[in-house]
Amino acid sequence: MTRREFLQLLALSGFGLVAPAGMLKGEGTGKKTPKKWAMVVDIFKCAKKEGCTECIEACHRIHNVPNIPDAGRQITWIWTSPFDALFPEQPAYVEALRGRQIMALCNHCENPPCVAVCPTKATFKRDDGIVMMDYHRCIGCRYCMAACPYGARSFNWQDPRPFIHAIDKGYPTRTKGVVEKCNFCDERLARGLVPACVDACKGTCLAFGDLNDEQSAVRRLLGSRPAMQRKPELGTRPKVFYLLA
Amino acid sequence: MIEKALKGGKGYRAWLLFLLAVAAAGFLSYLHQWSHGLSITGLSRSVSWGLYIANFTFFVGVAASAVTVVLPYYLHSVKEFGKITILGEFLAVPAVIMSLLFIIVDLGRPDRAFNLILYPSPQSLLFWDMIALNGYLLLNLFIGWSTLDAEVKDEKPLPWVRFLILLSLPWAVSIHTVTAFIYQGLVARPLWHTPLWAPRFLASAFASGPALLILMSLLIRRITRFDPGCGAIQKVATIATYALLVNIFLLLVELFTTLYGGVPGDVVHLRYLFLGIDGHHALVPWIWLSMVLMGGSAGALLSTRLRRREGVLALICAAIIVGVWIDKGLGLVVPGFIPSPLGEITEYGPTLPEVLITTGIWAFGVLIITLLYRIAIYVKLQEAE
Repeated sequence: MTRREFLQLLALSGFGLVAPAGMLKGEGTGKKTPKKWAMVVDIFKCAKKEGCTECIEACHRIHNVPNIPDAGRQITWIWTSPFDALFPEQPAYVEALRGRQIMALCNHCENPPCVAVCPTKATFKRDDGIVMMDYHRCIGCRYCMAACPYGARSFNWQDPRPFIHAIDKGYPTRTKGVVEKCNFCDERLARGLVPACVDACKGTCLAFGDLNDEQSAVRRLLGSRPAMQRKPELGTRPKVFYLLA
Repeated sequence: MIEKALKGGKGYRAWLLFLLAVAAAGFLSYLHQWSHGLSITGLSRSVSWGLYIANFTFFVGVAASAVTVVLPYYLHSVKEFGKITILGEFLAVPAVIMSLLFIIVDLGRPDRAFNLILYPSPQSLLFWDMIALNGYLLLNLFIGWSTLDAEVKDEKPLPWVRFLILLSLPWAVSIHTVTAFIYQGLVARPLWHTPLWAPRFLASAFASGPALLILMSLLIRRITRFDPGCGAIQKVATIATYALLVNIFLLLVELFTTLYGGVPGDVVHLRYLFLGIDGHHALVPWIWLSMVLMGGSAGALLSTRLRRREGVLALICAAIIVGVWIDKGLGLVVPGFIPSPLGEITEYGPTLPEVLITTGIWAFGVLIITLLYRIAIYVKLQEAE
């Protein structure tokens, strides 16, 4: 073996050791796994708080959601529905929950039908799993409202501003003619805060976190307690989980 | 050729003025909607599509039905359709324009409609519908115009027009299939999430479109010297008969599958539509009227004796048009939303402004068809002399 051949062999062996070691560490150059935001709702605790609307009030206040008097035209980012309405195909074997009001919101599905049907991509799924709305691009065709199996979306049938009790300048208001829904408080997440609803519930019924983080509250809850989703058979893969026990 | 459309006697001008007046009333109503938003309609958070989209669905079908006269004439040399084909092609043009107008008036932000082109979204059926409808409009305008132009100049039509005519055949089927796919792709709406809507749409379109064409032909024969021909009208009536029977058959298939299976989430929409739920029964009289009109028309059409009497035929065609309009419009769009995904029942009824906008668009469509037919008939009569 010549000296040159020996040095080449040494170089190749060096690569052979370093490369697999880099792959073992993860994506090598510091690329982190994207977040996968999810929410866990403790149904029993939520059901016990009869008449409670703290999560709704907090969300609607900071997002300038108008208070429309016409019941058929309300805009709701979070609302409550009876257990049987949220889980109609379940046998409702939990007699204690029949008829009780439970909070519901956009499920930020992993396979969102609303994103698939939007003709302008005004609603889109971010890398961190949040299904977003671009209020400037929406043409108000309401196809996404038809496609949502959960009743999570609302439309501005008129100018919302006259119906906003106190405009919060930290978040835009919308115009008439666009669709809106829960955004998992992406503006708060960007500042390292939890969503307003989770904050307002003061740690009782709602947990929020990153499903890709094994240490997150949502992973620990889902790993230890049985939970269900709304209409899982549709294949939308919702990311709001409801604890059964 | 266009100047022929604007010349005419008192009756003709009065007709045009009447249509313009109704269209203007619709336009004023639309300005009201533009400034106040869609809150002036009867739509709600639960029933977010209504009269406008129902009309859109129906008129795409009428547009697609041009294929029922174009295909036999150009592909199978059914010479009897020689005079009626141009009427069919020129019926498709205002039908597509009306469909597009109904979508535009339904949009919350029509000023942003250009976003559909700036941000193409091939995963969305509305994107494909926009392409299919506009393409079909251009096709029919061009085909109709160039064949008429060729007749005026006493020449053969340009050779590649035949290619466009052949292209318009699968294109006609595709516009209505895409429209059906808008509904049947949605897992959220059990009433819509069935493969049957595409074939049902085509069947009901091939019944209502020809019915409209027959009514137009009978009317034209009365008020002008142009006669599309008894034979052609009877043949078109035959097509409408079979199409209507297929539509009824597919409806019965749908009813059996849903009701025999009995899945509550599926049955409840049909129960609301045909029987009402908990005192909510706004659509019940309409859907049963539609059943009677469609069933009665089918039965009457099967009798050759009745079909040949043109007064009766006109009534039958009117019944088919109304019956299919209800079945495909109100009977499809609204019950898809009732009950809502949360089990709530919010009924829908159009408001006066909504109806005015709708009739305004109808008037505009009839205006276009009046002008186009006047040109076509003038050319055809000249050619005959």
